[in-house]
Amino acid sequence: MLAIPLSYNLRNLTARKTTTAMTALGIALTVAVLLSVSALVQGLRTSLAASGNPLQVLVLRKGGTAELNSVITRTAFQDILARPRIAHDEEGQPMASLEVVTVIVLESKENPSGININLRGLTPMGFRLRDEVKLTAGRMFRPGHREIVAGRSLVNRYGVYLGQKLRFGRGEWEITGIMDGGRTSANSEVFADLNQLAADQNRSTALSSVLLRATSLAEVQPLINDLETDRRLNVDAMTEAAYYAQQTSSAMPIQALGTFVALIMSIGSSFAAMNTMYAAVARRSSEIGTLRVLGFSRRSILLAFLLESALLSLIGGVLGCLLVLPLNGLETGVGSFVTFSELTFSFHITPQVMITGVVFALIMGVLGGILPAASAARKQILPALKSV
Amino acid sequence: MSSATQQPVITTRELTKEYRRQEYHVYALRDASIEIHQGEFVALMGPSGSGKSTLLHLIAAMDRPTGGEIIVLGHDLRSLSESEVARWRNAHIGFIFQSFNLIPVLTALENVELPLKLTRLSRRERLDHARRALELVGLGDRLSHTPRQMSGGQEQRVAIARALVTDPDLILADEPTGNLDANSAKDVLHLLTRLNQEFGKTVVMVTHDPHAARTAGHVRYLEKGRLLPNGEVPEDWAPIHA
Ligand SMILES: Nc1ncnc2c1ncn2[C@@H]1O[C@H](COP(=O)(O)OP(=O)(O)OP(=O)(O)O)[C@@H](O)[C@H]1O
Ligand SMILES: [Mg+2]
Repeated sequence: MLAIPLSYNLRNLTARKTTTAMTALGIALTVAVLLSVSALVQGLRTSLAASGNPLQVLVLRKGGTAELNSVITRTAFQDILARPRIAHDEEGQPMASLEVVTVIVLESKENPSGININLRGLTPMGFRLRDEVKLTAGRMFRPGHREIVAGRSLVNRYGVYLGQKLRFGRGEWEITGIMDGGRTSANSEVFADLNQLAADQNRSTALSSVLLRATSLAEVQPLINDLETDRRLNVDAMTEAAYYAQQTSSAMPIQALGTFVALIMSIGSSFAAMNTMYAAVARRSSEIGTLRVLGFSRRSILLAFLLESALLSLIGGVLGCLLVLPLNGLETGVGSFVTFSELTFSFHITPQVMITGVVFALIMGVLGGILPAASAARKQILPALKSV
Repeated sequence: MSSATQQPVITTRELTKEYRRQEYHVYALRDASIEIHQGEFVALMGPSGSGKSTLLHLIAAMDRPTGGEIIVLGHDLRSLSESEVARWRNAHIGFIFQSFNLIPVLTALENVELPLKLTRLSRRERLDHARRALELVGLGDRLSHTPRQMSGGQEQRVAIARALVTDPDLILADEPTGNLDANSAKDVLHLLTRLNQEFGKTVVMVTHDPHAARTAGHVRYLEKGRLLPNGEVPEDWAPIHA
């Protein structure tokens, strides 16, 4: 039962605007830091989760943790193609894509030293296995030409444009098309013709990885087992989803650091709330005495001040959410710690992220409010009335 | 109505409050025995530090005695727990302070409604009671004013409305006119007299003002923590006659 009306707390908060604003702002900044990190991780998860089709299996060299440090030969690929459980398209082609992945350095005005970009060589089958990827401008690269298709994030973030010529490998490559990778990591990659790129990189026989589509979900695990137990092949196989999920770990250092910073800030904010509430209790000492004379119990007093602290932090929490809202959908990139290349994705401020922020703020407020509220409740009536 | 009935509403026997510390030992009140009956209006007078407030606080159970007995409205106050005391005070005591003690962030109406929050009354009934109490003290047109927007006299009238809104048996006032100009003081004393005579409330009022004391039916004096026998005044008592 709330004996002392909520409006009493609200008006006391608005009565000392500056103190309330300062304390709420401190809490808001703390929440903003936490939410930015959560939104970043959330965005990265979404991007990586979307990149992985559960029907598909990625094959790497045994012990190869990423496509970049994996080697698969053409002979091994031929061997893999003959396996059962691999889906075939309408023309009877096995749905398997041999790919070569390397890193190029993309220079731009903002990044004179350049950023690392994944460059992927593949065949038309490679495109077919990536349902979300669509060409949105220009045309596909032609086999046997130094032509490439760039992901849309590279256009948005690094000013890559159609017709632009990039120098790498043994010559100049022209961007003939722009692709939209949906929510997948293809947005931050560059695609080229497999044979042209392999020849250019002196990797005609030693390529990087194979992407396979299984005939059904039930066949995915048997297919993986079949490939991994073949000693001659000497490969690791995993679902595409598992591969990308493992790459989420690239967000771990950011998440850890962000959470750590938010935690330190939250301790500071709790103390700020505590300080504010202690001052309020001191200032309203005789008011507390009066309330007790009117018949309010110690519990009502405790509750009232705890509630006031919670309200204060709630204001901060909501403010924090508003502060990070403009980040929603904002694209950003992180260097992947597995692939060492740029991975672009968007901040995702989900309702869940916001609720986390508000709850986090409330916890700060309640923790900071406990001691002052208890001290208010502990006061004896006469001394409380005497202090002005 | 001012005639006292047999059963006293306040009975104290050798009521004592002493403060004992290493560096001092004072009797704020010493062996005070008094009976106050239903419908009486008693003024407590005496020099500063004589124990008037102490006696009033003990009657309101805002403080605990260190010795003696105190029975108010049939309750032995020493036997009540802290939460029982709070409920008892809310139901039976209306307390008026020298410095009004209104809640600054609440309006007049909300201030008066506040003690009713602890009752079972509905919101409508509470506001209704509060409005009528404010009308009774002549502030029916100041419902939404905050204490800051009122004069001292008006503030004290709101405080009186707050003290009477719960329809208490006992009204206790500690120097209610101490912070007021002569006119406002007259209004306040007039209200207390009305509460006593029209509504039959028992009133105990501490005052330094002999003029105020004259509105009461009875005056009792204290000196150095002792309640003087009925009719006696302190030795060098020189009341300023108005
Ligand atoms: N908490 C306390 N500690 C020690 N002594 C106290 C305390 N409270 C009151 N006293 C003492 O008790 C005595 C009576 O105080 P009380 O407040 O009852 O006086 P009073 O008659 O109301 O005086 P005044 O007219 O100035 O209000 C005083 O001597 C005072 O110093
Ligand atoms: Mg006094």
